[in-house]
Amino acid sequence: MKRWKQSELVPVQVELNGVQRRGLCEPRVLLSDFLRDTLGATGTHVGCETGECGACTIRVDGVAQRSCLTLAVQADGRCIETVEGLAQADGSLCELQHALRERFALQCGFCIPGILMTCAEMLKRRPLPEDEQIPGLLAGHLCRCTGYTDLLAAVRHTVAEVRRREAAHPASAPSVGVHDA
Amino acid sequence: MSERASRFGPSAGTRVEDAALLCGRGQFADDLGCKPGTLHAAILRSSHAHARLRGVDVSAAERAVGVRAVLTADDVTRWSRPLLAALRVPVLQPVLAKDAVHYVGEPLAVVLAENRYLAEDALEAIRVEYEPLPPVLDIAQALTLDGPRAHADLAQNIVSDRSYCYGDPDAALAAASHRVRLQIAYPRNTATPLECGVVVAEHFPDGNGGHGAYEVMSNFTGPMSLHAVMAMALQVPESHLRLRFPRDVGGSFGTKQSLFSAIVLLCLAARKAGAPVKWVEDRREHMTAATSATARRSHIEAAVQDDGRIAALSFDQIDDVGAYLRAPEPATFYRMHGCLTGAYAIQHLRVRNRVVLTNKTPTGLVRGFGGPQVYFALERLVQRIAVQLGLDPLDVYRRNFIAKDAFPYRAAAGALIDSGDYAATLAVALQAADITALRDRQRQARSEGRLYGIGFAAVVEPSISNMGYVTAALTAEQRAHAGPKQGALAAATVQIDPLGGITVGIDSMPAGQGHRTVCAQRVAAVFGLAPGDIVVNSELDTQKDAWSIAAGNYSCRFAGAVAGAVQIAAQRLRDRVAQHCADLLGCAPQDVVFAAGSLHARGQPEHILPLARVLSGPHWAPALSTEAGPPPLRETVFFTPETLHAPSSDDRVNASATYGFVFDLCALEIDRTTGRVYIDRYVTAHDAGRLLHPALADGQVRGGFAQALGAALSEELRYDGQGRFASQTLSDYLLPTCLDVPAPIIVHTQTPSPFTPLGAKGIGEGNSMSTPVCIANAVADALSSLPQSEHCQDLRLPLTPATVLALVAGGQGQAATGTVAVQTGKIR
Repeated sequence: MKRWKQSELVPVQVELNGVQRRGLCEPRVLLSDFLRDTLGATGTHVGCETGECGACTIRVDGVAQRSCLTLAVQADGRCIETVEGLAQADGSLCELQHALRERFALQCGFCIPGILMTCAEMLKRRPLPEDEQIPGLLAGHLCRCTGYTDLLAAVRHTVAEVRRREAAHPASAPSVGVHDA
Repeated sequence: MSERASRFGPSAGTRVEDAALLCGRGQFADDLGCKPGTLHAAILRSSHAHARLRGVDVSAAERAVGVRAVLTADDVTRWSRPLLAALRVPVLQPVLAKDAVHYVGEPLAVVLAENRYLAEDALEAIRVEYEPLPPVLDIAQALTLDGPRAHADLAQNIVSDRSYCYGDPDAALAAASHRVRLQIAYPRNTATPLECGVVVAEHFPDGNGGHGAYEVMSNFTGPMSLHAVMAMALQVPESHLRLRFPRDVGGSFGTKQSLFSAIVLLCLAARKAGAPVKWVEDRREHMTAATSATARRSHIEAAVQDDGRIAALSFDQIDDVGAYLRAPEPATFYRMHGCLTGAYAIQHLRVRNRVVLTNKTPTGLVRGFGGPQVYFALERLVQRIAVQLGLDPLDVYRRNFIAKDAFPYRAAAGALIDSGDYAATLAVALQAADITALRDRQRQARSEGRLYGIGFAAVVEPSISNMGYVTAALTAEQRAHAGPKQGALAAATVQIDPLGGITVGIDSMPAGQGHRTVCAQRVAAVFGLAPGDIVVNSELDTQKDAWSIAAGNYSCRFAGAVAGAVQIAAQRLRDRVAQHCADLLGCAPQDVVFAAGSLHARGQPEHILPLARVLSGPHWAPALSTEAGPPPLRETVFFTPETLHAPSSDDRVNASATYGFVFDLCALEIDRTTGRVYIDRYVTAHDAGRLLHPALADGQVRGGFAQALGAALSEELRYDGQGRFASQTLSDYLLPTCLDVPAPIIVHTQTPSPFTPLGAKGIGEGNSMSTPVCIANAVADALSSLPQSEHCQDLRLPLTPATVLALVAGGQGQAATGTVAVQTGKIR
C-alpha cells in the first residue's frame, strides 16, 4: 500500500471523459474536490460530503460511485466519466438527457449530474432493469425540487426505448441511451 | 428537419435552462471562478445551546499552516453593527458571538486559509472556554415565569405579544351552539435544498471615499429588503455593498434568505484578511445553523352552528423563532395574518400572537412560510368539527367556503382575496379522486379490520408578499411613527442590442423554477419571435440592474408580479418600436403587426420589414427616430399590485396580492404492525389563476408535495435534552426518496387574478400548506375506527412509524409500551 505524507503534493493522472488529465493534490483531497477545483470539471456537484445525497456520483472504470467518498489518489490511473462526457460527439444531448428535458424532469438541476451517472451505469446492464426496479436503483439520490415523478418517467421511457430497439435489431451494436466516453 | 434533430432538438415549451444543466455546464455559485489569491473560510461554531464565553483563543490557529487571518468578535464589534430586527427587541444578532452563545451552531470565529482543508484544520486549534447556562428548549419552557431565559439578561423570553379582534368574536362564541377546540404543535423543519450556501466577498479599502466598500457574489435569494439590513450592519451606504447573483441556484425554497448574516460575516472576514474570501456552507452547517421553520403551538377554537357553519374563530398562537428575532421574523405570523380565516366566510376573528426566543437556530423563510403552521391548526379543526357534529367534512367545507360571487372578498383580518370558485375546485378534486369508489374501499377495508382513512384540506395560498405586512406586528401608533410600508415592486428590463437581439433582465433570483423559460416565451410572443431568440438574464447585480426591496425568490412572486412586469416592459417597448416604424409601413402604430421575425401593416402581409433591422435602427441612426423622447432601445418597468396597502389603523392587512386555492384529498392506510403510512391516492386540485406554463406549474406542485410529504411523515429538526442538535446529516433528517413519494393526481381550475398583469398567481407553496394537514386528517380518520379513538387524535408531525404505532396503541386502549414508548419519548 502506498503511503504519503499529509502535506505532500501527489501527482494524480486520470482519463477524464476520454482525455488524459493530471494534477497535484494532497493525499487527503476528495476526488470530488480534485475534479472540480483542480481539473475544473464543475459539472459534478457536492451536496453533502457524507454519501447520502448522491449528487457527486461519477463512474470510475465504469462503476458508479460517490466522488465525495473517494480520495483523488485512489483514482490515479483510472478512467473517470462525469456528466460532462454524456452528450454525443456533436454536442447534442444523449437520449437520456433528451428524455429528461422533454418531460420537465429537472428543476434546479443540482442533483441531476449524479442521477445521470447512475442511470448511465444502469443503462449498460443486461438484462435492462424492469420498470419496478428503477425506483430502487435511483433511491440513493435525493432530489428536493421535482418529487421524482417526471424523473422516473423519463428514465423508464429511455429504458423502454433501448429495450425496444434492441429487440427490433438484436444484431446491431447495442445502443444504450448514453454516449460512451 | 433531419430525423436526428427532430428526436434530439428541444420541442416547443421545453426549458431554456435544461441543456446546460444536463451537460454539467451549470453556473452555480461554487462553479464560478475566483480571483487568484482568494482565501477559503471555515467557521467555528458553538457546540453549546447556551453558554457564557470565558474565552476564545485563536492564537494557535493564527499560526497554523496556510492560515492568513482569523476573524474574531472583536473585529466584528469594531467594524460592524448587529443585524437590525423587524421589531424593537432587547437583543440583536451579532454575526459572531461575543460574550455568550445562544444556539448550537452560532458562529464564533472565521479562519481564512489557503484552502478549505487547511482552514478546517485550524478550527481545531481554537480554544473556547464555555460556562454552560441552562437552555430554553421549547415553547412551554419559554413561557414559564421562573424558568431559564434564552439570553441571560432577558426579563422574559416573550419578545412580541399582540392581540387582535375583528368583528365580535366574543358574542359569536358565547352564542354558538357548539364550540370546537383544538391544541396543535407544529415542529421545526426545513426545506433542505441540495445546494448549500456560497458567499464570495471582497473588501475595497479605497471605495466609499476611503471608508471602504464591499462586493459579494452569493446564492442568497432575497428578499432584497435584507440588502439594507446588510449595508447597515456593515456601516456602508447600500450603493457600496455590491451584491451579485449567479445564473444557477440549486434550490432555495426560501431558505437561502438566511444567508444574509453570512454575507455580512464574510465581508468582515475579507476585510480582516485583506483578500477575497470564499465560503461554501457544508451540509452539517446548513442543517445545524442555517434556518428553520418556526415551531408553533396554537389553541384554536371555533363557534359552530348545528349545520357546521363557523361563525367565529379564535387563535392563540405562539412561535419559537430561535435565539434571535432575525429579519424578517415575526413574518411567519404576519404573512398569513390577513387570511387567517382561510377559505371560509368568517367575519368574527380573535387572534393573539406571541413570539418567544429559545436556544435554537433562528428561523426564517421555508417553503409555505407561515401557511403550514396556520393550516395545521385550522384544517385539523375543520376535521374535528365534522367529527364532533357528525357531519360529512365535505359538507362543512361547502357550507363555509367563500361564495364564488363574493370575490374579490375582504377577509376579516384584511386579506383581499382576489378570485376563485372554491366549490368548483372541490368538485373537480372529488371527481379526479373518484370519491365514491374511495369510500367504498374504505368501508371494505374497515370491515376487514384495516386502518384506512380519507382526509381533506382546503387552503388559500397567498403569493406576492406586501412589503409592509410585518408592520402589522406593531401597534397602529408605532406604525404611524415609523411611516407607511406597503407594496411589492417587481422590476423587469427589456433591451435591444445593435444587431436587433433582445435581452431581458429580471429580479426574481430563480432557483430552478424555470423563470428564464417563461420570460423568453412571454417576450417572444410580444415581438413575434421564437423563445430561443430571446436571452433572459437573471444574474441580478445591485449596482447595474433594476431592483427594489421586494426583489428575490420567495412568496411565489414570479408568475404574478415578475412575469407581469416583463410582459408590460415588452409591450411598452414593442409599442414604441411600432410608433417608430409606422411611417415606414405607412400605417398607424396600432396597425403594425409583429410576426415571424418581421413587421407588416395589418392587412398587408406582402410588404414586410425585417424585425432585427427595425429594432436595431436607433443604435445606428438615432436621429431618424420619428418619436419624441429616447430611442426605443430599452424599457424598464416597476410593477406593484395596487391592492397592497399598509396595514390599516384597525390592524387589517392585505399581506399578499393574490390568493390561490388548493383542495387536497388523501386516502391512506396505516400498517398497524409497523406504523407505516401508505398513501393509496392523493389528489391535489389547484386554482392558481392563469397558468403561464402548465408543465412548470405541475412541477412546482409535485416538488411541493414531495417536500410536504417529508414534513408530514419523516422530517424534524431535533434537539436533545441539553439543546444539542440531533439532525446534522441527511441520515438523521430524512428526506423522501423516489421510493417514498407517490405521484399525486393534479387537477387545475383557473380563475384569473384581476390584480396581476397576466391573471397569474403563485402555485409553488400551496402543497406545503395543504399536504401535511391533509395527511394528518387522513391518519386521524384511519384511527377513528379504533375502539378508543378519542385517545389518539392529538396528532403531532412528523407522523413517523414510531409515532403512529403509539397512536394505534392508544386507540386500542393500550398503554404505549417498550420500544415505542422510548421512541416517542425521544421525539417529543
